[in-house]
Amino acid sequence: MGKRTPIYEEHVALGGRMVDFGGWDMPVQYPAGILAEHEAVRQRAGLFDVSHMGEVELRGERALAFADYLVTNDCQRLAMDQVLYTPMCYPDGGVVDDLLVYRLQDRVLLVINAANTDKDVAWIFERKEHFGPGVEVRDVSAETGQIAVQGPRAQEILQRLTSKDLQEIAFFHAAEDVDVAGRKALVSRTGYTGEDGFEVYVRAEDAVHVWREILRAGAQEGILPCGLGARDSLRFEACLPLYGHELDADHSPLEAGLKFFVKLQKPDFVGQAPLVKVQEEGGPARRLVGYRVLERGIARQGYPLQDEAGKTIGVTTSGMPSPTLGQSIGLGYVPAELAQPGTRIAVEVRGRAVPAEIVKIPFYRRSGK
Amino acid sequence: MSTPQDLRYTKDHEWLRADGSVGITQFAQDQLGDVVFVELPEVGRTLKQGEAFGVVESVKSVSDLYSPVSGKIAKVNQELVDHPELINQDPYGVGWIIALEGVDDAEAAGLLDATAYEAEQEGGH
Repeated sequence: MGKRTPIYEEHVALGGRMVDFGGWDMPVQYPAGILAEHEAVRQRAGLFDVSHMGEVELRGERALAFADYLVTNDCQRLAMDQVLYTPMCYPDGGVVDDLLVYRLQDRVLLVINAANTDKDVAWIFERKEHFGPGVEVRDVSAETGQIAVQGPRAQEILQRLTSKDLQEIAFFHAAEDVDVAGRKALVSRTGYTGEDGFEVYVRAEDAVHVWREILRAGAQEGILPCGLGARDSLRFEACLPLYGHELDADHSPLEAGLKFFVKLQKPDFVGQAPLVKVQEEGGPARRLVGYRVLERGIARQGYPLQDEAGKTIGVTTSGMPSPTLGQSIGLGYVPAELAQPGTRIAVEVRGRAVPAEIVKIPFYRRSGK
Repeated sequence: MSTPQDLRYTKDHEWLRADGSVGITQFAQDQLGDVVFVELPEVGRTLKQGEAFGVVESVKSVSDLYSPVSGKIAKVNQELVDHPELINQDPYGVGWIIALEGVDDAEAAGLLDATAYEAEQEGGH
Protein backbone atom coordinates (compact mmCIF):
# COMPACT_ATOMS: atom_id res chain seq x y z
CA MET A 1 0.00 0.00 0.00
CA GLY A 2 1.25 3.41 -0.92
CA LYS A 3 1.14 6.67 1.00
CA ARG A 4 -2.24 8.37 1.24
CA THR A 5 -3.14 12.03 1.27
CA PRO A 6 -5.60 13.31 3.88
CA ILE A 7 -8.25 13.32 1.10
CA TYR A 8 -7.78 9.66 0.10
CA GLU A 9 -11.15 8.45 1.42
CA GLU A 10 -12.96 11.17 -0.55
CA HIS A 11 -11.36 9.97 -3.78
CA VAL A 12 -12.50 6.42 -3.15
CA ALA A 13 -16.02 7.63 -2.27
CA LEU A 14 -16.14 9.69 -5.48
CA GLY A 15 -15.24 6.63 -7.55
CA GLY A 16 -11.67 7.70 -8.25
CA ARG A 17 -9.49 5.05 -9.86
CA MET A 18 -6.51 4.86 -7.54
CA VAL A 19 -3.05 4.23 -8.97
CA ASP A 20 0.50 4.37 -7.67
CA PHE A 21 2.22 7.67 -8.36
CA GLY A 22 5.71 8.03 -6.93
CA GLY A 23 4.76 5.89 -3.94
CA TRP A 24 1.38 7.59 -3.42
CA ASP A 25 -2.09 6.12 -3.94
CA MET A 26 -3.65 8.82 -6.10
CA PRO A 27 -6.74 9.08 -8.32
CA VAL A 28 -5.79 8.97 -12.01
CA GLN A 29 -9.37 9.80 -12.91
CA TYR A 30 -12.93 9.83 -11.58
CA PRO A 31 -15.94 8.32 -13.35
CA ALA A 32 -16.36 11.37 -15.63
CA GLY A 33 -13.07 10.42 -17.31
CA ILE A 34 -9.91 12.29 -18.27
CA LEU A 35 -11.43 14.04 -21.29
CA ALA A 36 -14.38 15.41 -19.32
CA GLU A 37 -12.14 16.46 -16.44
CA HIS A 38 -9.73 18.14 -18.84
CA GLU A 39 -12.54 20.01 -20.52
CA ALA A 40 -14.03 21.07 -17.18
CA VAL A 41 -10.77 22.83 -16.31
CA ARG A 42 -10.45 24.51 -19.71
CA GLN A 43 -14.11 25.64 -19.76
CA ARG A 44 -15.23 25.89 -16.13
CA ALA A 45 -13.33 24.57 -13.13
CA GLY A 46 -11.67 21.48 -11.74
CA LEU A 47 -10.47 20.49 -8.29
CA PHE A 48 -7.23 18.61 -7.68
CA ASP A 49 -5.87 17.01 -4.54
CA VAL A 50 -2.17 17.85 -4.68
CA SER A 51 -1.47 17.08 -1.04
CA HIS A 52 1.15 14.58 -2.17
CA MET A 53 3.40 17.49 -3.15
CA GLY A 54 6.23 18.15 -0.71
CA GLU A 55 6.58 21.34 1.31
CA VAL A 56 9.81 22.51 2.93
CA GLU A 57 10.09 25.57 5.16
CA LEU A 58 13.22 27.67 5.43
CA ARG A 59 13.45 29.97 8.43
CA GLY A 60 16.12 32.26 9.82
CA GLU A 61 17.84 35.46 8.77
CA ARG A 62 19.49 33.80 5.77
CA ALA A 63 16.48 31.77 4.62
CA LEU A 64 15.96 33.76 1.44
CA ALA A 65 19.69 33.80 0.68
CA PHE A 66 19.78 30.03 1.10
CA ALA A 67 16.83 29.58 -1.27
CA ASP A 68 18.65 31.79 -3.75
CA TYR A 69 21.75 29.61 -3.47
CA LEU A 70 19.71 26.40 -3.97
CA VAL A 71 17.82 27.37 -7.11
CA THR A 72 18.53 29.01 -10.46
CA ASN A 73 15.92 31.78 -10.44
CA ASP A 74 16.36 35.04 -8.53
CA CYS A 75 14.82 34.71 -5.06
CA GLN A 76 16.41 37.92 -3.74
CA ARG A 77 14.15 39.99 -5.95
CA LEU A 78 10.97 38.41 -4.62
CA ALA A 79 8.57 40.84 -2.98
CA MET A 80 6.77 39.76 0.19
CA ASP A 81 4.05 37.22 -0.67
CA GLN A 82 5.43 36.72 -4.16
CA VAL A 83 5.99 33.27 -5.67
CA LEU A 84 8.43 32.12 -8.30
CA TYR A 85 8.90 29.01 -10.38
CA THR A 86 12.43 27.67 -10.62
CA PRO A 87 14.59 24.67 -11.40
CA MET A 88 17.00 23.43 -8.71
CA CYS A 89 20.25 22.03 -10.09
CA TYR A 90 23.08 19.72 -9.19
CA PRO A 91 26.60 21.16 -9.36
CA ASP A 92 26.91 19.78 -12.93
CA GLY A 93 23.80 21.67 -14.06
CA GLY A 94 21.45 18.65 -14.19
CA VAL A 95 18.06 19.17 -12.60
CA VAL A 96 17.31 17.94 -9.05
CA ASP A 97 13.71 19.14 -9.27
CA ASP A 98 11.56 22.06 -10.29
CA LEU A 99 9.66 23.90 -7.60
CA LEU A 100 7.83 26.96 -6.38
CA VAL A 101 9.45 29.36 -3.91
CA TYR A 102 7.13 31.45 -1.72
CA ARG A 103 8.52 34.46 0.13
CA LEU A 104 6.30 34.75 3.20
CA GLN A 105 6.41 36.97 6.30
CA ASP A 106 8.31 34.65 8.61
CA ARG A 107 9.60 31.97 6.24
CA VAL A 108 10.38 30.82 2.75
CA LEU A 109 8.24 27.93 1.51
CA LEU A 110 9.49 25.50 -1.14
CA VAL A 111 6.89 23.33 -2.88
CA ILE A 112 8.49 20.31 -4.49
CA ASN A 113 7.41 17.29 -6.51
CA ALA A 114 5.88 14.40 -4.58
CA ALA A 115 8.06 11.73 -6.15
CA ASN A 116 11.17 13.79 -5.39
CA THR A 117 10.38 14.83 -1.83
CA ASP A 118 12.76 12.48 0.00
CA LYS A 119 15.56 13.10 -2.49
CA ASP A 120 15.04 16.88 -2.39
CA VAL A 121 14.90 17.10 1.39
CA ALA A 122 18.15 15.13 1.66
CA TRP A 123 19.68 17.38 -0.99
CA ILE A 124 18.55 20.56 0.74
CA PHE A 125 20.00 19.42 4.07
CA GLU A 126 23.25 18.51 2.38
CA ARG A 127 23.48 21.91 0.70
CA LYS A 128 22.71 23.59 4.00
CA GLU A 129 25.96 22.16 5.37
CA HIS A 130 27.82 23.89 2.52
CA PHE A 131 25.90 27.10 2.96
CA GLY A 132 26.51 27.59 6.65
CA PRO A 133 24.47 28.96 9.56
CA GLY A 134 21.50 31.32 9.55
CA VAL A 135 18.85 28.99 8.15
CA GLU A 136 16.69 26.20 9.55
CA VAL A 137 15.13 23.62 7.27
CA ARG A 138 11.95 21.75 8.09
CA ASP A 139 10.02 19.23 5.98
CA VAL A 140 6.34 20.06 6.59
CA SER A 141 4.92 17.83 3.84
CA ALA A 142 3.05 15.48 6.16
CA GLU A 143 1.24 18.22 8.04
CA THR A 144 0.22 20.14 4.90
CA GLY A 145 -2.80 19.57 2.69
CA GLN A 146 -2.77 21.14 -0.78
CA ILE A 147 -5.76 21.59 -3.05
CA ALA A 148 -5.74 23.24 -6.48
CA VAL A 149 -8.87 24.81 -7.93
CA GLN A 150 -8.24 25.62 -11.57
CA GLY A 151 -10.14 27.01 -14.51
CA PRO A 152 -11.80 30.22 -15.71
CA ARG A 153 -14.49 29.97 -13.00
CA ALA A 154 -12.09 29.06 -10.18
CA GLN A 155 -11.97 32.53 -8.66
CA GLU A 156 -15.75 32.90 -8.65
CA ILE A 157 -16.13 29.55 -6.90
CA LEU A 158 -13.42 30.06 -4.30
CA GLN A 159 -14.65 33.60 -3.61
CA ARG A 160 -17.88 32.14 -2.21
CA LEU A 161 -15.88 30.52 0.58
CA THR A 162 -13.81 33.49 1.70
CA SER A 163 -14.12 37.14 2.64
CA LYS A 164 -10.65 37.83 1.20
CA ASP A 165 -10.98 39.69 -2.11
CA LEU A 166 -9.24 37.16 -4.38
CA GLN A 167 -8.87 39.79 -7.08
CA GLU A 168 -6.15 41.27 -4.85
CA ILE A 169 -4.02 38.16 -5.27
CA ALA A 170 -2.04 38.70 -8.48
CA PHE A 171 -0.62 35.93 -10.66
CA PHE A 172 2.23 34.20 -8.80
CA HIS A 173 1.37 35.96 -5.56
CA ALA A 174 0.00 34.57 -2.32
CA ALA A 175 -1.99 35.62 0.72
CA GLU A 176 -1.49 34.11 4.18
CA ASP A 177 -4.01 33.43 6.91
CA VAL A 178 -6.93 33.51 4.51
CA ASP A 179 -10.16 32.10 5.92
CA VAL A 180 -11.39 29.49 3.41
CA ALA A 181 -14.62 27.77 4.46
CA GLY A 182 -13.75 28.52 8.07
CA ARG A 183 -10.24 27.12 7.92
CA LYS A 184 -6.94 28.99 7.83
CA ALA A 185 -5.21 28.75 4.46
CA LEU A 186 -2.32 30.03 2.40
CA VAL A 187 -3.78 30.88 -1.02
CA SER A 188 -1.74 31.57 -4.14
CA ARG A 189 -2.73 32.32 -7.70
CA THR A 190 -0.65 29.51 -9.17
CA GLY A 191 -1.28 26.17 -10.83
CA TYR A 192 -0.21 23.50 -13.23
CA THR A 193 -2.92 23.56 -15.87
CA GLY A 194 -2.36 26.64 -18.04
CA GLU A 195 -5.57 28.17 -16.66
CA ASP A 196 -6.24 30.78 -14.03
CA GLY A 197 -6.70 29.32 -10.59
CA PHE A 198 -5.50 28.93 -7.04
CA GLU A 199 -3.53 26.58 -4.89
CA VAL A 200 -4.82 26.38 -1.34
CA TYR A 201 -2.55 25.13 1.45
CA VAL A 202 -4.21 24.06 4.68
CA ARG A 203 -3.39 21.94 7.69
CA ALA A 204 -3.71 18.26 6.79
CA GLU A 205 -6.67 17.81 9.15
CA ASP A 206 -8.58 20.62 7.38
CA ALA A 207 -8.04 19.29 3.86
CA VAL A 208 -11.16 17.12 3.59
CA HIS A 209 -13.43 19.92 4.79
CA VAL A 210 -11.99 22.44 2.32
CA TRP A 211 -12.10 19.88 -0.51
CA ARG A 212 -15.78 19.17 0.10
CA GLU A 213 -16.69 22.83 0.45
CA ILE A 214 -15.03 23.80 -2.85
CA LEU A 215 -16.81 20.95 -4.66
CA ARG A 216 -20.10 22.09 -3.14
CA ALA A 217 -19.49 25.77 -3.91
CA GLY A 218 -18.68 24.95 -7.53
CA ALA A 219 -21.52 22.53 -8.19
CA GLN A 220 -23.57 25.11 -10.11
CA GLU A 221 -20.59 25.81 -12.42
CA GLY A 222 -20.10 22.11 -13.01
CA ILE A 223 -16.80 21.83 -11.18
CA LEU A 224 -15.33 18.32 -11.42
CA PRO A 225 -12.85 16.56 -9.20
CA CYS A 226 -9.86 15.86 -11.46
CA GLY A 227 -7.24 13.15 -11.26
CA LEU A 228 -3.62 12.88 -12.25
CA GLY A 229 -4.59 12.00 -15.83
CA ALA A 230 -6.18 15.38 -16.48
CA ARG A 231 -3.44 17.10 -14.49
CA ASP A 232 -0.91 15.60 -16.88
CA SER A 233 -2.85 16.33 -20.10
CA LEU A 234 -3.50 19.93 -18.99
CA ARG A 235 0.10 20.68 -18.01
CA PHE A 236 1.29 18.96 -21.19
CA GLU A 237 -0.80 21.18 -23.50
CA ALA A 238 0.49 24.24 -21.65
CA CYS A 239 4.06 22.82 -21.94
CA LEU A 240 4.69 22.99 -18.21
CA PRO A 241 7.54 20.52 -17.71
CA LEU A 242 7.13 17.40 -15.59
CA TYR A 243 10.06 15.98 -13.67
CA GLY A 244 10.90 12.51 -14.96
CA HIS A 245 9.70 13.52 -18.42
CA GLU A 246 11.13 16.85 -19.60
CA LEU A 247 13.39 17.30 -16.59
CA ASP A 248 15.91 15.01 -14.93
CA ALA A 249 19.50 14.87 -13.72
CA ASP A 250 20.72 14.32 -17.29
CA HIS A 251 19.20 17.49 -18.75
CA SER A 252 19.95 21.09 -17.86
CA PRO A 253 17.24 23.72 -17.49
CA LEU A 254 18.77 25.52 -20.48
CA GLU A 255 18.15 22.48 -22.66
CA ALA A 256 14.63 22.30 -21.30
CA GLY A 257 13.88 25.81 -22.53
CA LEU A 258 13.79 27.26 -19.00
CA LYS A 259 16.44 29.94 -19.59
CA PHE A 260 14.04 32.59 -18.33
CA PHE A 261 14.11 30.86 -14.94
CA VAL A 262 17.91 30.65 -14.82
CA LYS A 263 19.50 33.93 -13.74
CA LEU A 264 23.09 33.23 -14.73
CA GLN A 265 24.35 36.60 -13.49
CA LYS A 266 23.08 36.35 -9.93
CA PRO A 267 25.54 35.54 -7.09
CA ASP A 268 26.72 32.00 -6.48
CA PHE A 269 24.16 29.22 -6.91
CA VAL A 270 24.44 25.47 -7.29
CA GLY A 271 25.11 24.58 -10.92
CA GLN A 272 26.10 28.10 -11.96
CA ALA A 273 29.52 27.42 -13.51
CA PRO A 274 28.52 24.72 -16.02
CA LEU A 275 25.35 26.60 -17.01
CA VAL A 276 27.29 29.81 -17.62
CA LYS A 277 29.83 27.87 -19.67
CA VAL A 278 27.16 26.28 -21.88
CA GLN A 279 25.56 29.66 -22.50
CA GLU A 280 28.89 31.33 -23.28
CA GLU A 281 29.66 28.60 -25.78
CA GLY A 282 26.55 29.32 -27.79
CA GLY A 283 23.84 27.53 -25.85
CA PRO A 284 22.94 23.88 -25.38
CA ALA A 285 23.51 21.34 -28.15
CA ARG A 286 20.07 19.79 -27.71
CA ARG A 287 16.78 21.43 -26.98
CA LEU A 288 13.30 20.59 -25.90
CA VAL A 289 10.83 21.08 -28.73
CA GLY A 290 7.17 20.54 -29.36
CA TYR A 291 5.96 18.65 -32.41
CA ARG A 292 2.71 17.67 -33.98
CA VAL A 293 2.16 14.28 -35.57
CA LEU A 294 1.05 14.71 -39.17
CA GLU A 295 -0.46 11.27 -39.77
CA ARG A 296 -2.28 8.71 -37.67
CA GLY A 297 -0.36 7.73 -34.57
CA ILE A 298 0.03 8.86 -30.99
CA ALA A 299 3.39 9.93 -29.60
CA ARG A 300 4.33 8.63 -26.15
CA GLN A 301 7.18 9.11 -23.72
CA GLY A 302 10.22 7.17 -24.90
CA TYR A 303 9.28 7.05 -28.59
CA PRO A 304 12.38 7.87 -30.69
CA LEU A 305 12.53 10.91 -32.97
CA GLN A 306 14.14 10.73 -36.41
CA ASP A 307 15.30 13.25 -38.98
CA GLU A 308 13.99 13.13 -42.53
CA ALA A 309 16.69 10.65 -43.49
CA GLY A 310 15.52 8.24 -40.82
CA LYS A 311 18.41 8.77 -38.43
CA THR A 312 17.54 8.79 -34.73
CA ILE A 313 18.02 12.31 -33.39
CA GLY A 314 16.27 12.31 -30.04
CA VAL A 315 13.47 11.03 -27.91
CA THR A 316 9.95 11.96 -26.87
CA THR A 317 9.58 13.07 -23.24
CA SER A 318 5.79 13.41 -23.20
CA GLY A 319 3.19 12.67 -25.83
CA MET A 320 -0.52 12.17 -26.09
CA PRO A 321 -3.53 13.21 -28.08
CA SER A 322 -4.30 16.79 -27.06
CA PRO A 323 -7.90 16.94 -25.85
CA THR A 324 -8.14 20.67 -26.53
CA LEU A 325 -6.47 20.69 -29.97
CA GLY A 326 -7.70 17.30 -31.13
CA GLN A 327 -4.21 16.50 -32.42
CA SER A 328 -1.48 14.08 -31.49
CA ILE A 329 1.38 16.16 -30.11
CA GLY A 330 4.64 15.55 -28.34
CA LEU A 331 7.54 17.12 -26.49
CA GLY A 332 11.06 15.84 -26.93
CA TYR A 333 14.74 16.58 -27.16
CA VAL A 334 16.42 17.12 -30.55
CA PRO A 335 19.73 18.66 -31.67
CA ALA A 336 19.60 22.47 -31.53
CA GLU A 337 19.98 22.76 -35.31
CA LEU A 338 16.74 20.80 -35.81
CA ALA A 339 14.75 22.75 -33.22
CA GLN A 340 13.27 25.37 -35.54
CA PRO A 341 9.48 25.35 -35.95
CA GLY A 342 8.58 23.97 -39.36
CA THR A 343 11.37 21.37 -39.33
CA ARG A 344 10.12 18.00 -40.54
CA ILE A 345 10.94 15.04 -38.35
CA ALA A 346 9.37 11.64 -37.69
CA VAL A 347 8.32 9.90 -34.53
CA GLU A 348 8.80 6.16 -34.32
CA VAL A 349 5.50 4.60 -33.23
CA ARG A 350 5.92 0.88 -32.63
CA GLY A 351 8.59 0.54 -35.30
CA ARG A 352 6.84 2.76 -37.84
CA ALA A 353 8.16 6.25 -38.69
CA VAL A 354 5.23 8.66 -38.60
CA PRO A 355 5.86 12.14 -40.08
CA ALA A 356 5.79 15.04 -37.64
CA GLU A 357 6.61 18.72 -37.63
CA ILE A 358 8.29 20.91 -35.02
CA VAL A 359 5.85 23.58 -33.86
CA LYS A 360 6.02 26.57 -31.56
CA ILE A 361 5.27 25.88 -27.93
CA PRO A 362 3.26 26.10 -25.78
CA PHE A 363 0.67 24.11 -27.68
CA TYR A 364 -2.05 25.82 -25.68
CA ARG A 365 -2.23 29.29 -24.19
CA ARG A 366 -5.39 30.59 -22.61
CA SER A 367 -6.92 33.63 -24.27
CA GLY A 368 -6.30 37.03 -22.74
CA LYS A 369 -2.84 36.07 -21.61
CA MET B 1 -23.28 -3.89 -16.93
CA SER B 2 -23.45 -7.66 -16.57
CA THR B 3 -21.17 -9.93 -18.52
CA PRO B 4 -22.98 -11.30 -21.60
CA GLN B 5 -23.61 -15.02 -21.24
CA ASP B 6 -23.24 -15.84 -24.95
CA LEU B 7 -19.59 -14.77 -25.24
CA ARG B 8 -16.29 -16.41 -24.37
CA TYR B 9 -13.54 -14.50 -22.57
CA THR B 10 -9.80 -14.39 -22.02
CA LYS B 11 -7.87 -13.39 -18.92
CA ASP B 12 -6.58 -10.48 -21.00
CA HIS B 13 -10.14 -9.12 -21.18
CA GLU B 14 -10.95 -9.90 -24.81
CA TRP B 15 -14.21 -11.53 -25.83
CA LEU B 16 -15.14 -13.87 -28.71
CA ARG B 17 -18.64 -14.28 -30.14
CA ALA B 18 -19.84 -17.41 -31.95
CA ASP B 19 -19.81 -15.46 -35.26
CA GLY B 20 -16.04 -14.90 -34.84
CA SER B 21 -16.21 -11.25 -33.77
CA VAL B 22 -13.73 -10.07 -31.13
CA GLY B 23 -13.67 -7.11 -28.79
CA ILE B 24 -12.63 -6.02 -25.32
CA THR B 25 -14.75 -6.33 -22.21
CA GLN B 26 -16.63 -3.75 -20.22
CA PHE B 27 -14.03 -4.12 -17.50
CA ALA B 28 -11.19 -3.50 -19.99
CA GLN B 29 -12.75 -0.38 -21.50
CA ASP B 30 -13.44 0.97 -18.03
CA GLN B 31 -9.84 0.40 -16.98
CA LEU B 32 -8.52 2.06 -20.14
CA GLY B 33 -10.65 5.16 -19.83
CA ASP B 34 -11.52 7.28 -22.86
CA VAL B 35 -10.31 5.36 -25.92
CA VAL B 36 -8.89 7.86 -28.41
CA PHE B 37 -7.12 5.68 -30.95
CA VAL B 38 -7.37 2.17 -32.33
CA GLU B 39 -4.76 0.56 -34.53
CA LEU B 40 -6.45 -2.13 -36.60
CA PRO B 41 -4.78 -5.05 -38.41
CA GLU B 42 -5.12 -5.87 -42.11
CA VAL B 43 -7.92 -8.08 -43.30
CA GLY B 44 -6.66 -11.50 -44.39
CA ARG B 45 -3.93 -11.76 -41.78
CA THR B 46 -3.75 -15.08 -39.95
CA LEU B 47 -3.51 -14.90 -36.19
CA LYS B 48 -2.41 -17.45 -33.65
CA GLN B 49 -4.10 -17.66 -30.31
CA GLY B 50 -2.65 -14.99 -28.01
CA GLU B 51 -1.00 -13.08 -30.86
CA ALA B 52 -1.06 -9.28 -30.69
CA PHE B 53 -3.18 -7.93 -33.54
CA GLY B 54 -3.70 -4.27 -32.71
CA VAL B 55 -3.52 -1.50 -30.17
CA VAL B 56 -6.00 0.61 -28.26
CA GLU B 57 -4.85 3.89 -26.79
CA SER B 58 -6.49 6.12 -24.23
CA VAL B 59 -5.28 9.57 -23.29
CA LYS B 60 -2.87 8.04 -20.82
CA SER B 61 -2.18 4.49 -21.94
CA VAL B 62 -1.30 2.13 -24.76
CA SER B 63 -2.58 -1.46 -24.67
CA ASP B 64 -2.00 -4.35 -27.03
CA LEU B 65 -4.92 -6.41 -28.23
CA TYR B 66 -4.51 -10.19 -28.23
CA SER B 67 -6.45 -12.65 -30.34
CA PRO B 68 -8.49 -14.96 -28.11
CA VAL B 69 -8.16 -17.82 -30.62
CA SER B 70 -6.38 -18.70 -33.86
CA GLY B 71 -8.10 -17.68 -37.07
CA LYS B 72 -7.99 -15.46 -40.13
CA ILE B 73 -9.12 -11.84 -40.00
CA ALA B 74 -12.27 -11.58 -42.14
CA LYS B 75 -13.30 -8.05 -41.19
CA VAL B 76 -12.12 -5.11 -39.12
CA ASN B 77 -14.39 -2.48 -37.64
CA GLN B 78 -13.51 0.60 -39.72
CA GLU B 79 -15.96 2.71 -37.70
CA LEU B 80 -13.40 2.71 -34.90
CA VAL B 81 -10.92 4.71 -36.99
CA ASP B 82 -13.02 7.84 -36.66
CA HIS B 83 -15.01 6.82 -33.60
CA PRO B 84 -12.76 4.97 -31.18
CA GLU B 85 -15.13 6.00 -28.37
CA LEU B 86 -17.54 3.29 -29.57
CA ILE B 87 -15.39 0.87 -27.59
CA ASN B 88 -16.28 2.73 -24.41
CA GLN B 89 -19.92 3.20 -25.32
CA ASP B 90 -20.78 -0.32 -26.44
CA PRO B 91 -17.88 -2.73 -25.96
CA TYR B 92 -19.97 -5.85 -26.67
CA GLY B 93 -21.87 -4.35 -29.62
CA VAL B 94 -20.86 -1.66 -32.13
CA GLY B 95 -17.48 -1.44 -30.37
CA TRP B 96 -16.40 -4.83 -31.78
CA ILE B 97 -12.87 -4.73 -33.18
CA ILE B 98 -12.21 -7.60 -35.60
CA ALA B 99 -14.06 -10.65 -36.92
CA LEU B 100 -12.25 -13.94 -37.40
CA GLU B 101 -13.05 -16.82 -39.71
CA GLY B 102 -11.82 -20.37 -39.51
CA VAL B 103 -11.79 -20.17 -35.74
CA ASP B 104 -10.24 -23.12 -33.97
CA ASP B 105 -13.21 -24.63 -32.16
CA ALA B 106 -11.11 -26.44 -29.58
CA GLU B 107 -9.42 -23.18 -28.61
CA ALA B 108 -12.77 -21.40 -28.44
CA ALA B 109 -14.14 -24.08 -26.15
CA GLY B 110 -11.16 -23.61 -23.88
CA LEU B 111 -11.92 -19.94 -23.20
CA LEU B 112 -13.64 -18.71 -20.07
CA ASP B 113 -17.40 -18.50 -19.90
CA ALA B 114 -19.07 -15.44 -18.36
CA THR B 115 -19.14 -16.90 -14.87
CA ALA B 116 -15.50 -17.93 -14.96
CA TYR B 117 -14.49 -14.54 -16.38
CA GLU B 118 -16.29 -12.69 -13.62
CA ALA B 119 -14.71 -14.95 -11.02
CA GLU B 120 -11.33 -14.22 -12.59
CA GLN B 121 -11.88 -10.49 -12.20
CA GLU B 122 -12.96 -10.81 -8.62
CA GLY B 123 -9.94 -12.94 -7.86
CA GLY B 124 -7.60 -10.45 -9.49
CA HIS B 125 -9.05 -7.31 -7.99
